[in-house]
Amino acid sequence: MKNGYPIQAEGLVKTYGKVRALDGLDLQVEQGTLLALLGPNGAGKTTAVRIFTTLLKPDSGRATVAGYDVTREPDRIKSHIGLAGQSVAIDEYLTGLENLEMIGQLYHLSARDAKRRAFELVAQFDLIDAAGRVAKTYSGGMRRRLDLAASLVAIPPVLFLDEPTTGLDPRSRRQTWEVISALVVQGTTILLTTQYLEEADELANRIAVVDAGRVIAEGTSDELKNRVGGNRIEVAVAKDADLSRAAEVVRRHLSTDVSIDPHQRRVSGPSRDGTSQLAGLVRDFDAAGIAITDLQLHRPSLDDVFLTLTGHQAEQEKAAEPGRGRARRAS
Amino acid sequence: MAVARTSVTPGTRYRPVTGRPAIVWALLDAMLLARRSVLRTWREPQLIVFVAIQPVMFVVLFRYVFGGAIQVPGGQYVNYLMPGIFVQTVAFGGVITAIGLAEDMQRGLIDRFRSLPMSSSAVVTGRTVADLVRNLFTVVIMLAVGFLVGFRPGGTIFEFVLAILVLMGISFAFSWISAFIGLLVHTVEAAQSGGFIWLFPLTFASSAFVPVATMPSWLRGFAEHNPITVLADSLRGLFHVNPALTTADTRWALIQSVGWIVAILAVFVPLSVMQYRRSTAR
Repeated sequence: MKNGYPIQAEGLVKTYGKVRALDGLDLQVEQGTLLALLGPNGAGKTTAVRIFTTLLKPDSGRATVAGYDVTREPDRIKSHIGLAGQSVAIDEYLTGLENLEMIGQLYHLSARDAKRRAFELVAQFDLIDAAGRVAKTYSGGMRRRLDLAASLVAIPPVLFLDEPTTGLDPRSRRQTWEVISALVVQGTTILLTTQYLEEADELANRIAVVDAGRVIAEGTSDELKNRVGGNRIEVAVAKDADLSRAAEVVRRHLSTDVSIDPHQRRVSGPSRDGTSQLAGLVRDFDAAGIAITDLQLHRPSLDDVFLTLTGHQAEQEKAAEPGRGRARRAS
Repeated sequence: MAVARTSVTPGTRYRPVTGRPAIVWALLDAMLLARRSVLRTWREPQLIVFVAIQPVMFVVLFRYVFGGAIQVPGGQYVNYLMPGIFVQTVAFGGVITAIGLAEDMQRGLIDRFRSLPMSSSAVVTGRTVADLVRNLFTVVIMLAVGFLVGFRPGGTIFEFVLAILVLMGISFAFSWISAFIGLLVHTVEAAQSGGFIWLFPLTFASSAFVPVATMPSWLRGFAEHNPITVLADSLRGLFHVNPALTTADTRWALIQSVGWIVAILAVFVPLSVMQYRRSTAR
């Protein structure tokens, strides 16, 4: 591999008719890190992956993978990458082992190496018991694992994972995350697209938020959260009548503007000092004789980041993300 | 799941085999993928059963239902019919290529294959070669069925082998047309209807079931040069089942048949490979 970023894009544009799927996408992924491309459906994530994996040609702009240009040297790129697309791309009528062997041989490994590698992968992905069964009989989670294994046959230094956990139950999702984390530890450079904030938060070294075909923000999870503001203090009072007095207490204590949610009887505001302010606040409420039912300090979530940056809520999959997506913004 | 932490640095082990010319890889990759399609038929034989039942139904329909009313010059209708059925069988059998490729596309397998450092003709070639194997198998069944209903070919072994060869030639050619259709549409359903629809006028407005001479003059021009017609007539000549065909007729039909096979392949092989190179799932 040549020097520079393993994955790099400058001003990528791709249009389908009148739709601008990519509208000047810029991106860099550092060696041995995972970058999550986070965005809603139709943001251009899959189009970007297809350009990087040489399946599509960009209308304009430049992209390189492993140092090779996607339009000029697509064939060189192919032996350096692995791809797990959105749909599970396995042959239903072949066994797990046969699927992996076939992919190995199509990477032009020798028949013996392809077989050896297939055995390694079924062991690594907990598919040994099912290795001799046709993939048609596999559960959703097993299919995903086999698909991910197929993308790793050639031990590619650069890996593209397009929404690798879509449609998985929480347990299988957790397992897939472990596999991906292990790959990053071993030095693989990964571009992962996702609509799930939790996934990006969990896996990514850096996150690029895409909307309408361009990157609108990029940074570590913490950096992005800090862009929205630091910690917030939130307090709920017992009686409606206390709400405006409570707001006054918080405003004085934090010396900033606060937002008030009359329905939830909640007052919240940004906190600079974090926990130390909590204690003082409790004393102030005590002194003022205001009964409080809840007091919390929380970091802005990626939900907050996404909402602030794009102006619309991120996609949520309620069943798959229990406990997430609670409405807690008082604006 | 316990994830084995292998001590592998990416890209260090498992060097790909190098030093083979591209054409060798194209063949090896295609054989690998043809094997996959044949295995699939073997494990899920429904598809081939339907493909084989259809011509059997046509044999029964035309031999026993319509046959009595169809007059063919100088001979028995069953001997006239079977070569037509053989050609129809391989033409319809090619549709499995369209269905298979559309299925691969829908599943995202084409995306995966296209991201691999493999030959870009192999996926389509693999499918068409698998069709060829399947069609050969169906033709053997149809020969047996034909024998049961009274089909009695004459001629030499050489002529018989030549007949099977041109039949396989047109089978391969039709599979490539089918491949193009399968890559053009994006769903299995569309491949199914799009794959069959053009075959109906082609097979019925031909000499496959009835002599072209009985058709109205505006249709005859099309029917006489239709690849199904020239193929069916070639087979009839080689099987010596149609006394109305002279040796010169047979030779001319054979030349036209080979012409069609070569022409179809010359157009649809590059067209399909080009279409494959720009295909991607939606």
